[in-house]
Amino acid sequence: MKAATWTLVEEDGSLTLHAEGDWTALTLDQASRQPLPAVGGQQANRIDVSALGRIDTTGALLLLKLMPTDGEILFGTRDDVRRLANLVAPGMTPHEDSPPPRGYLTGFFARFGQQIIEIAHDAYAMLVFTGQMILALGGTLLRPRRLRVTPLFAVMQESGINALPIVFIMTFFIGAIIALVGTNLLTSLGVEIFTVELVGVAILREFGVVIAAILLAGRSASAFAAQIGSMRMNQEVAAMQVMGVDRFDALVTPRILAALVMIPLMTFVGDLGGLLGGLLVSWATIDISPSFFVTRLAETVSIKHFWIGMGKAPFLALLIAAAGCRHGMMVGGDVQSLGRHVTSAVVQSVFLIIMFDAIFAVIFMVLGL
Amino acid sequence: MNNGLADPLAIRVTGLRTAFGDKVIHDNLDLEVRRGEILGVVGGSGSGKSVLLNTILGLQQPDAGHVEVFGEDMGRSQGDVQRRIGVMFQQGALFSFLTVLQNVEAPMLEHTRLAPGFMREAARLKIRLAGLPAHAADLRPAELSGGMRKRAGVARAIALDPDILFLDEPTAGLDPIGAAEFDALIRDLRDTLGLTVFMITHDLDTLYAVCDRVAVIADRKIVTTAPLHELEQSDHPWIRDYFLGPRGRAAAEQQDSI
Repeated sequence: MKAATWTLVEEDGSLTLHAEGDWTALTLDQASRQPLPAVGGQQANRIDVSALGRIDTTGALLLLKLMPTDGEILFGTRDDVRRLANLVAPGMTPHEDSPPPRGYLTGFFARFGQQIIEIAHDAYAMLVFTGQMILALGGTLLRPRRLRVTPLFAVMQESGINALPIVFIMTFFIGAIIALVGTNLLTSLGVEIFTVELVGVAILREFGVVIAAILLAGRSASAFAAQIGSMRMNQEVAAMQVMGVDRFDALVTPRILAALVMIPLMTFVGDLGGLLGGLLVSWATIDISPSFFVTRLAETVSIKHFWIGMGKAPFLALLIAAAGCRHGMMVGGDVQSLGRHVTSAVVQSVFLIIMFDAIFAVIFMVLGL
Repeated sequence: MNNGLADPLAIRVTGLRTAFGDKVIHDNLDLEVRRGEILGVVGGSGSGKSVLLNTILGLQQPDAGHVEVFGEDMGRSQGDVQRRIGVMFQQGALFSFLTVLQNVEAPMLEHTRLAPGFMREAARLKIRLAGLPAHAADLRPAELSGGMRKRAGVARAIALDPDILFLDEPTAGLDPIGAAEFDALIRDLRDTLGLTVFMITHDLDTLYAVCDRVAVIADRKIVTTAPLHELEQSDHPWIRDYFLGPRGRAAAEQQDSI
């Protein structure tokens, strides 16, 4: 395979380009980068292809581009070149290029406006989805036979039971960290005994439920979006609708109910893990015996903290499961949108968890709880 | 690129054996594809047509036997042969995150150092050769209809002007008009670019319209490779059912009347 080259020959005042070497897609690297062949401002208007090696459409395209439109190719005996040139030439009419790139400022405002429109669309879609979801859940409540039990239990197993070990381990470490940091600070004040209250309140009221919710978002909101989204890509959701199966009954309700049912259990396991972590660290660092830890916990930490944590759990579960299902339902035809919606399902549910946890904190403070 | 020029065969498969566990797909399969011909491969569902294609492409390792493309062993080749083949997968297999133009440029970017402007122009040429309108270049695969997606797949397959074009069910899912246009496109490309075409198809009309020879897979091997009018005389039971069934007759008569 020889690289494509050319030589220019001047005769009778006109310039002829002799093409040499192979003119194929793989041999044009240099030739395609060279300036147009010209001598003293005059462009070659004839091309001699008698010495040409192999040629393909890409090579023919470059040949035609090397001369002005009124130029002439001396085909000689090269019928293959003639055929290719005839094939390529009709498309040589200059096409309108894609619109010129917008200026920086215009582009910025265009993107900004696009974003706002998208957010508005998103908010509207969220409202519609919430309405449909409430209808579906209410309908299930009125007519329990509509509930699909098999997927409900499958999701409970996958999203709830299978998540318990990781919830336990994560809150265990959170509890241990709180105890470590707490003892350090409280020892300097001489009240290290308050570590028990610190761990108790922080875990029962906040971390048990928030860690459980974040894991639900990471493990299940993404899974819900991916499962429903791939079913939409595969037209399975359309098939359901045609069969007269309510897609909310079949896809959304079981997942939301499963999350609602399982998150209290996950929170409870999280509470246990956090308290155990705090207990072990307190025992190791400030020598609070496990039995004393438990007694002090029961005496000083009101049970209301446990119930506040538990009480938040179903709200968070609802937000997470709804975000997952909603994004799944929004997946369009292509793989890209699947990836985008799975990501937004997780990001949005984690955002909602933190936001609503903050709102709850304010509400409970005002209520004096 | 001159290696094997004297060899009249583009693809040679000898003694191929492929098995998934206990299930033997191909056993002692031989196949020869001549340069410049359009070979159609037919066979019942599950007879291993796509497995054969994947094996020839080197995507699937055979348990025994050899596959040579232009005299090179596909299993061991390091990219040289890849540049000389183009493949259109059944669903197009276009990269969904790129526009059609970028899809066609992808193999060029990988294998050449063409000037960017010229590369874009060459890509637009391939898109036109594949029969797509110019505005399709800036669309993404998700925005294309099924027929356009197949044409975009062809545009990408011919991006580097390959010597062999592999097509997996090119006309499946196209309406009869679109399928006939596609047949004409394949024939045109072969005639003008001198391509060798290896085509898996179920479409009897396509077989009659464009294929020089047809290879029939049955009983885990190629039972025969012959022009259609010879296949019609065959007394192999599957071939008789296939070509002389009601649909085969209709396609043959239609072809005769043209």
